[in-house]
Amino acid sequence: MIQFANVFMAYPSGNKALQNINLNIDKGEMVYVSGRSGAGKSTLLKLINLIDRHTRGQIIVKGQNLERIKKNRVSIFRRNIGFIFQNHRLLNDRTIFDNVALPLIIAGNNHQEVKRRVQAALDKVDLLSKINSYPMELSGGEQQRIGVARAVVHRPAILLADEPTGNLDPTLSWEMMKLFEQFNQVGVTVLIASHELDMIEHMKKRIIILNKGRITNSTEEPLANLQKIKIEREII
Amino acid sequence: MKQHIQTWLKQHAHAFFFSLGQYIKNPINNILTTFVIGISLAFPVGFYVFLNNVQILSSGWDDSIEINLFLDTTIDEEQANVFANRISKRDDVAETILINKDEALAEYKKLSGLSGALDVLDENPFPNVILVKPVFVDIDEYKTTKLINELEVMPEIDDVQYDNTWIKRLIHIIDIVKLVTFILSVLLAIAVLLIVGNTIRLSIYSYRHEIEITKLFGGTDSFIQRPFLYSGMWYGIFGSVIAWFLIAGSIQILSGPIENLSNLYAGDFQLVGLGVINTLYLFGIGVLLGLLGSWASVKRYLYAIEAK
Repeated sequence: MIQFANVFMAYPSGNKALQNINLNIDKGEMVYVSGRSGAGKSTLLKLINLIDRHTRGQIIVKGQNLERIKKNRVSIFRRNIGFIFQNHRLLNDRTIFDNVALPLIIAGNNHQEVKRRVQAALDKVDLLSKINSYPMELSGGEQQRIGVARAVVHRPAILLADEPTGNLDPTLSWEMMKLFEQFNQVGVTVLIASHELDMIEHMKKRIIILNKGRITNSTEEPLANLQKIKIEREII
Repeated sequence: MKQHIQTWLKQHAHAFFFSLGQYIKNPINNILTTFVIGISLAFPVGFYVFLNNVQILSSGWDDSIEINLFLDTTIDEEQANVFANRISKRDDVAETILINKDEALAEYKKLSGLSGALDVLDENPFPNVILVKPVFVDIDEYKTTKLINELEVMPEIDDVQYDNTWIKRLIHIIDIVKLVTFILSVLLAIAVLLIVGNTIRLSIYSYRHEIEITKLFGGTDSFIQRPFLYSGMWYGIFGSVIAWFLIAGSIQILSGPIENLSNLYAGDFQLVGLGVINTLYLFGIGVLLGLLGSWASVKRYLYAIEAK
């Protein structure tokens, strides 16, 4: 589903964000990307969603070579992806319905379909009762779940989450991760950037560790290698 | 294909109602902006209505244009009659009236009261005169001058008299008013473009966060620009409505005094308003300027915003 081959990414200032990244994420897989702040976790997600462009190497997402996607086709490509931010990025002057409906309206769905799918997505995150509320009336955890509902409402093939639990307490963070797991179980490829290694180690999924833009460790069997990763993290 | 068109129509309908909703949501600012646009549109259109009325009024004066041809004294009445018929066949001449020298003398005697003095003359000093009425629908200095120049060189004619000073003045005044209206229209059209453009620019900045999110979830540039273009259209439509009311109100206020003035000159002139066609033009121009202003702003500022 997602392939990185010798990928480099440098900002115009010369700052190297990613260096020689080789990565393969299968369809329906759930993967965590961890590392310190500035390690390149967010940049990795941004390259997949074409928010930033890599400077060297090759990235293939859903069979499409990202280098060959022209600027005017980027928006269509992004409809395959759901994106979740640490700070929710909800529209405060719109109701929860309007916020969650946004990807469906962009895709041109009819009103009945929009209504049905928004209700289903809100039901999934257990916030259907807040459908007519405004984001500011919700707690941080609820806002984040609305962000998740918005990211999945158009049934994307890939779900990217950038520090989705950054502002949540441990209980809510755990619930959030479980929610991602549920989406993964129905076939969505999930890639989560998180610095909370203590929590993600319990999810029994592949963890990729980034340090200074390079992959320093990746494991298919996180439990078996957990100790090693934790030691490396301490070194980092 | 059908699905694609349906999606496109749905998105247009969404942008149409969304932009109208945004306009209604923020009434004070939008109404003030719309009033400025309305006044800017009302000025040139008001001048146009004024010019239209002047032209309607002056078209009645065309009948009073008369060119007097004093024929050579050697031309007798029969020759004068043939010559008058010849001139009346010209495309630019509506009618000719021959006043023979005897009629001219009789009329002069009657008007001057010098009947006794004129009786002592051996022969009639008056030439045969032809009154020429041009065919022009509107006052047209170029055509009138051309006709006079062509008549002057004819050997049968001794002198051509045409008192056109007042018409020349009127024509020049109308030309100046036309030019002022044109310049004013261009300047105020630019003002409308700038007002709409700036309003949309501020709107784009206030929706920056939403634009970024929309781009992240696959919103195309066309999808994002549509509500802004429709907003420009609403400014144009509502601005035109205000301009229409301003002009209609002004005509209503002025029509009474102008009718009274017209009655004093034994006329029946009545002020003419915009009419259906010109109202459609007003709304068309309003919408066009609104769309152009917003389009320029969208091109300049919207495309610069990238998903983050």
